[in-house]
Amino acid sequence: MFPDQFLFGVEVMLNGLMAGVLYALVALGFVLIFKASGIFNYAQGVMALFGALTLVGIMDGQVPFAHLINSVFGTDVHHFGWHVPAFLSILLVMVVMVGLAWCVQHFIFRHLVGQEPIILFMATIGLAYFMEGFGDMMWNSEIKKLDIGIPQGGSMWIEEATSFLGGTNFYGFFIDKLEIVASLVAIVLVIVLVAFAQYTKQGRAMRAVADDHQAALSVGISLSFIWVLVWSLAGFVALVAGIMWGAKSGVQFSLSLIALKALPVLMLGGFTSIPGAIVGGLIVGVGEKLFEFLIGAPFLGGATENWFAYMLALVFLVFRPQGLFGEKIIERV
Amino acid sequence: MFDQPESFVTSDGRTIGGVMMEMKNITLRFGGVVAIQDISFDIREGEIRAIIGPNGAGKSSMLNVISGFYNPQEGEVWYKGERRPSMKPFEVARQGIARTFQNIALFEGMSVLDNVMTGRLNHMKAGILSQAFWYGSAQREETENREVVERVLDFLEIQHIRKTPVSRLPYGLKKRVELARALAADPKILLLDEPMAGMNVEEKEDMSRFILDVNDEFGTTIALIEHDMSVVMDISDRVVVMDYGKKIGDGTPKDVRSNQAVIDAYLGVAHD
Amino acid sequence: MFYRESGDFSETYPADSQTFPIKFDRYRYYAVLVVAFLIIPFIINDYWANAILVPFLIYAIAAIGLNILVGYCGQVSLGTGGFMAVGAYACYKLMTTFPDVSIMFHILISGGITAAVVTLFGLPSLRIKGFYLAVATLAAQFFLVWLFNRVAWFYNYSASGQINAPDRTVFGHLVTGPNTDAWAKYMICLVFLTFAGIVARNLTRGSLGRKWSAIRDMDIAAEIIGVNPLSAKLSAFAISGFFIGISGALFFSVYLGAVEVGEAFGIQKSFLVLFMIIIGGLGSVFGSFAGAAFMVLLPVLLKNVLVGGLGWDTALAAHLEFVIVGALIIIFLIAEPHGLAQLWRVAKEKLRLWPFPH
Repeated sequence: MFPDQFLFGVEVMLNGLMAGVLYALVALGFVLIFKASGIFNYAQGVMALFGALTLVGIMDGQVPFAHLINSVFGTDVHHFGWHVPAFLSILLVMVVMVGLAWCVQHFIFRHLVGQEPIILFMATIGLAYFMEGFGDMMWNSEIKKLDIGIPQGGSMWIEEATSFLGGTNFYGFFIDKLEIVASLVAIVLVIVLVAFAQYTKQGRAMRAVADDHQAALSVGISLSFIWVLVWSLAGFVALVAGIMWGAKSGVQFSLSLIALKALPVLMLGGFTSIPGAIVGGLIVGVGEKLFEFLIGAPFLGGATENWFAYMLALVFLVFRPQGLFGEKIIERV
Repeated sequence: MFDQPESFVTSDGRTIGGVMMEMKNITLRFGGVVAIQDISFDIREGEIRAIIGPNGAGKSSMLNVISGFYNPQEGEVWYKGERRPSMKPFEVARQGIARTFQNIALFEGMSVLDNVMTGRLNHMKAGILSQAFWYGSAQREETENREVVERVLDFLEIQHIRKTPVSRLPYGLKKRVELARALAADPKILLLDEPMAGMNVEEKEDMSRFILDVNDEFGTTIALIEHDMSVVMDISDRVVVMDYGKKIGDGTPKDVRSNQAVIDAYLGVAHD
Repeated sequence: MFYRESGDFSETYPADSQTFPIKFDRYRYYAVLVVAFLIIPFIINDYWANAILVPFLIYAIAAIGLNILVGYCGQVSLGTGGFMAVGAYACYKLMTTFPDVSIMFHILISGGITAAVVTLFGLPSLRIKGFYLAVATLAAQFFLVWLFNRVAWFYNYSASGQINAPDRTVFGHLVTGPNTDAWAKYMICLVFLTFAGIVARNLTRGSLGRKWSAIRDMDIAAEIIGVNPLSAKLSAFAISGFFIGISGALFFSVYLGAVEVGEAFGIQKSFLVLFMIIIGGLGSVFGSFAGAAFMVLLPVLLKNVLVGGLGWDTALAAHLEFVIVGALIIIFLIAEPHGLAQLWRVAKEKLRLWPFPH
């Protein structure tokens, strides 16, 4: 038997771990693109939002740009009236994400090759704005429910199985089934990505590009193909994150803000390290929940999750600028 | 190995003064790699001192030690008779040591004039209020330093491009602008990192002439790294030869040319 | 034909380094000042003041501030919203604590307080660079908004959590509060903008400006030729913060009058001001003006055309605005990284040679 306060702390930590997995998932999308192209993709979160929006739109048979069409032509269209099964919809959205990747490469970054990283970063901010407006115009901006059949709600089984740990006030750990599923999906996704990068021809080409653009070009790897590939992969990762987050709290604008949470994750983990993204995600997830539980809510008036991760990353960066797993930077003239 | 009086006069009539800077037993390591191993030499006032050696000999590292960019693990740097404590690069610059870079390091977003004016930054002391309202010392200082800079531009024959953004200049001119920026600082010692790398014969001749003129007219002490042996032998007063981070020769060009270790390490291979 | 520089020689170095070396530009500058100070105040009405001119003037100050940091010194900041909030809340505390002191001083001191806060958040710039720093400034953004939201002392324990600007006068005329005349709002903002524009221009053409640009273009080389990176970067943060603080103070006290921090100074504000300088032109004081004008006018224009003209609903127009702004950012970064200011320069180049282009 443990004191209740301690057990609540453990529960907070477990929930933090689950949130951390989702942060890690978004961060993973960043790392993929950054490693292969040096682009710090601020639009990753909006891609998650866009993916989730499109998924809901296709499943519910919404007419794209209905709002715009109605305004211009004075019609009143909104739904086709059919419902597409979740599995098929996800496949369709994946096609859309590949199309998006191609457009991003073809219309934007092809023209910005060789620019400074900070210019590329600002371009992705522009992209984020564009996609946000575009997604809202296409599927309108109401909050939508996303239900593709993932179980939700607290797991009774875990609650009952763990209730013996504490006293009468402790009813066992409350853990959402959705978050368990999300964690499993994230783990599978990471394994698949690593296997892809290690064992396939495209994966090797991708790593070659990440290492040295010029050298990769000289052995006949098509840079633009690789970049479309990584943007597509990042799009899939974003889609998964969007589904998980959307199922949890509805598909809405705030979803794109999880991307911002992924930034401190990356600063902790280092921008180029996949294990770093995962460990960083978990640290941020657990850290912010525990900080809120122990210090934020009792002493600081709460809602410290808004900034804790950034402050942690900031303090961390000052002492170890390359992150936990990043490579040490040696300056040269 | 070099026993000369406090000052002496060279064959072409210039006066070489006493020791200005002395490197004592410098050792520099990067992790396990030893870039410079126990090297000592001095730079005398008014001379042109060259450091030569094959690729990877540690010449650039040596220059970076002199300009304070790297701090050696062992050894001492003596400047004007005093031991120099470990310093930040900008503090070294303020002691009157200016340099150019092997891969041109101009400020690409600025005009030639502004680039050369940055060389005068350590001579400009106007307070922030004076600058904000552009009265008094800020304005006076700007004009005074502009005059100095115009003289340098004139000297290096780049007056006509003063308003051109440096990003539009060809390579040879960029090198000259970089020299102008270093010169504008009115340095006690001027460090040149491969001033003739990547130039054609004509540009090399121009650059050699400028280096000699700078030394001659302003009496500036110059330390340079160079690959091109013939040029080095022509313009320098004394030469340090490095190979694999060690010093293998030191003396007048004539001495060095007949030094067997140098011939083995460098001359015999690079120039047949 | 009228725009030419032939026969217009600089004979001294001061003449050559002045802001408008070409006579025609100089006259146009005086003409703009005359119109802004002596004509507009007499014809301005509430709509023009509140929808266009006052926000333009205030955002232009913020854009000048951010441009010093980003465009001249190369340190990207995404914390502008939070820093404007510092100016606003500093101004509010000063106005309510020292009601007898002139609001002009309050606004200037708010700028000073913001400068100190921004410098503090600029300290990590000595260790981290580029977008690492950009992300670090997000910490400032979120932390500051949270701080002003949660710590009741900052909003004088008001029940709503809002801050409201009390009535204050300058030379006997109301400049804050709900009963302020349009011209008074306009004038106080114009005075501060003129001040900011002149100071920014002078600083960026002098030795401090060269230090900033040197750090921006190649920080290592700058340090080796003798620029102290600590003082150069922190001075850019401080001066940038000073202007951003002034604009935040004006935004709260003169323009909005009542502020809820998350709404007025959220992350969107940071991006808005960043977009102004990208579109207007990085590293150009004129670009800050142009970008602010553009970003203030665009939504007004879209609203008038789409909502007023075509009868679309406002949500759709807002979405389209996002699309257009996003696309413009990308287009400018690809086609003209120096923004409207560069387009203007190119147009002048053309005009200078007109009608004989060779």
